[in-house]
Amino acid sequence: MEKQRYERPVIIKLESNMPNKFGLRTEYKPKTHIDNVSVKDLINEYGSPLFVISEKTIRSTYKNAKKAFTTRYPKVQFAWSYKTNYLSAVCNVFHQEGSWAEVVSGFEYDKAIKNGVDGKKIIFNGPDKTEKDLTKAIENDSLIHIDHLDELYTIIELSEKLNKKPKVAIRVNMDTGIYPMWDRFGFNYENGQAWDALNKIMRSKKLDLVGLHTHIGTFMLSPQAYGTAAYKLAELAIGIQKKYDHEIKYIDMGGGFASKNTLKGAYLPGVDTSPSFDDFSEAITSALINSDFKPDKLPLLILETGRALIDDAGFLLGTVISNKRLSDGKRTTIIDVGVNILFTSFWYDHKVTPAQPFTQYTEDTVLYGPLCMNIDVIRENASLPLLNKGDNIVIHQVGAYNMTQWMQFITLRPKVVMIDMDGKTHIIRENESIDSITSFEKVPEYLKKFEL
Amino acid sequence: MQKRKLNIAVTGLNAIDSPGPGVAVIRALREANSFDVRIIGLAYESLEPGIYMHQLVDKTYQIPYPTAGIETLLARLEYIQSQENLDVIIPNFDAELYSFIKLSPKLKKMGINTFLPTIEQFEERQKINLPEFGEKYDIRVPHSTAIYNIREIYGQASEFSYPLLVKGKYYDASVAYNADQMKTYFNKISAKWGLPIIIQEFIHGTEYNTTGLGDGKGNTYASFPMRKQYITDKGKAWGGISIADKKLLELTESFISSTKWRGVFELEFMKNQKNEFYLLEINPRIPAWIYLAVGVGQNIPEGLVNLAMGNKIKPFKEYKVGKMFIRYAYDMIVDISEFEQISTYGEL
Amino acid sequence: MIKIKSNIAISDSGFIFNPANGESFSANPIGIEFFNFIKQGKPQEDIFENMLEKYNTDKNTLEKDYSDFVQTLNQFQLLDQDAEKEA
Repeated sequence: MEKQRYERPVIIKLESNMPNKFGLRTEYKPKTHIDNVSVKDLINEYGSPLFVISEKTIRSTYKNAKKAFTTRYPKVQFAWSYKTNYLSAVCNVFHQEGSWAEVVSGFEYDKAIKNGVDGKKIIFNGPDKTEKDLTKAIENDSLIHIDHLDELYTIIELSEKLNKKPKVAIRVNMDTGIYPMWDRFGFNYENGQAWDALNKIMRSKKLDLVGLHTHIGTFMLSPQAYGTAAYKLAELAIGIQKKYDHEIKYIDMGGGFASKNTLKGAYLPGVDTSPSFDDFSEAITSALINSDFKPDKLPLLILETGRALIDDAGFLLGTVISNKRLSDGKRTTIIDVGVNILFTSFWYDHKVTPAQPFTQYTEDTVLYGPLCMNIDVIRENASLPLLNKGDNIVIHQVGAYNMTQWMQFITLRPKVVMIDMDGKTHIIRENESIDSITSFEKVPEYLKKFEL
Repeated sequence: MQKRKLNIAVTGLNAIDSPGPGVAVIRALREANSFDVRIIGLAYESLEPGIYMHQLVDKTYQIPYPTAGIETLLARLEYIQSQENLDVIIPNFDAELYSFIKLSPKLKKMGINTFLPTIEQFEERQKINLPEFGEKYDIRVPHSTAIYNIREIYGQASEFSYPLLVKGKYYDASVAYNADQMKTYFNKISAKWGLPIIIQEFIHGTEYNTTGLGDGKGNTYASFPMRKQYITDKGKAWGGISIADKKLLELTESFISSTKWRGVFELEFMKNQKNEFYLLEINPRIPAWIYLAVGVGQNIPEGLVNLAMGNKIKPFKEYKVGKMFIRYAYDMIVDISEFEQISTYGEL
Repeated sequence: MIKIKSNIAISDSGFIFNPANGESFSANPIGIEFFNFIKQGKPQEDIFENMLEKYNTDKNTLEKDYSDFVQTLNQFQLLDQDAEKEA
């Protein structure tokens, strides 16, 4: 006779709390497969922890987003936000789908060029662009989004030196009723900074003002704020048309759309409450269409959304190291996934699902990472099924920022694999080894020997 | 003629000192003239009194908290539907309404009817949106603002004078008399209900409430005002009386017609010394004192079920003034075997 | 020797009621088995042997889980402290 699956014994005190309506999240179904590939097989082949990216999910999410905008507005262009996930394989899926590149540093710029993106289709954002970076961008006819006046003056100087008319836009920050207001980037709309910068650009006659850009915040749950922002950019564009008889070619609404993750402190799960692409699109496109643009002169609408396009496609697989109890009897589970590779656990209650079947019994559990550091907490409190040592778990919606903000700390960073459209897996980033880390180091000769 | 028997599921069985409306709703449904009922209780916790009131509730199922997500709730409701063949669900908690509204098309396909506000109505009347709501529908509301960070308190407080109200997004409200108290309440309420926290002008005066039923097209099916006579330390009415106040009725009917409200609601007003009514809160659900509706001759839960079932009903034009409700607590005797049943199997 | 208080029983559903202080508890199926074995006064080794026959697990896991379970019973005041002292 086959033996039954073992589950650790558990006894729970029935607390007679009256409804506080603020219960714990429990996942009710195991996640045994990603795109029909077994989680166990993935871990057996590539090790644990392991990042897994579903190409199918990227493409379907992208198509869904594109459809939300193109059905409402005539000219739409997406630009992949490199900082959200700049693994080349991921970037190239977006480029194959038609996305331009949106970069915020010389490093990201070079990466886009290396990936084969035409310089004309790179949007260069951010406060830190060196003269060298700007020279390259000007020579390649890239779209430079100016963040501050010092940069504006540098670009004017370079245009003279290179005898080229750089294609520029300014980044505009504004009050959209959202807190906090991201007024550290770009030029303010309400206090006239934006107009001041636009006047300087137009009067210099050295720059080709092609667009207007804004990026109102991150993990935005209010589509209406985008409507307000789009309306204000449209006002600016129409003002420039009137004043200088100059046509603005595109309006870049930036990114910041919330993904389906659940923010810490949120009452309802993000999957139920985050606005859809249709919601964002409706707010943005109706603001533009209802503005004073002539119907045949509507500018190109550029979107740099990152998080909402990639979060769902990323999974992080892990393994249970141990079950323990704290001094007060509180259940804790240690897994091999730490905050060093799951940065987003600082602000999300990530959905964590066992990779094998389980019963309906659960225990309130603190989920710790493997680092010997007190901050290494993946979930402060989760109602989890009874996991055994060696069981596998799947952490959901980790595609955004984790594979760029992760750090090599205490442990080595794991492999990243992509499951392609046919269900075949490809390593898209190797795991680190002791050598890959020490190869960057140099030990002075006199420190090479010691006796203990 | 034999009346049709409807299977109706009701949440909010927590008839405690800060009660949910479920038990009152069930009592009203049991007195309905147009149908008979089998009542299915839906409970979150195993000690909700309604679970054990077998003369009112035929069977109870535990359901997952809204925080578990819509998919989980749907799975549970599908199971319950396979057992009970529900005709109608009446959700009664603010915190669960979002999920039920989102689920209502799926529930309809399963044969379960609801009659809830639209998601737009639900969002628009959120406490955090009250200032915009007042402006849009030309209803006087207290000055209020939503804050996300404790640092904002000092900036915002200058717009207000003490005392002021510190409110949670869904529940809880405390009166703060100084900045320290405001900070304490901010922390306390945000820890429980999340952000934002609403800071609201405190209007001195007398509290009035109205309830009613709108058909979603702007027509009023029922509405009447009530004045709270005795308020518990939790701010809940323990006694109240139906009154004749034309201004309140007007305000309520204009609320229904301008918002095209769908379903039952409760409006909380404060009348200041100058006899001006301020709208403090819009509850998008049945109030806990709804049994008074039966007392005044407007069985609102019955009307709600009929609208949910697509039946034609005649609007109530009159109500009895001077009907009081006086709440009381009642100790039931329950054997532990019943508690075992609900807490281990989730059904009783 | 570990002994569960004589007035405490577990139902088939895993429900445990402590009549002395009015507290109640709930156990999962494996918890019920452990509880009943302990209640019957079965020695540890016999319990493990029984479990190993039935379930896909190993002795280390059982030992660890057993002692964790007993600790929890103790924390919930379900064990007969006098019996332990006598032993």
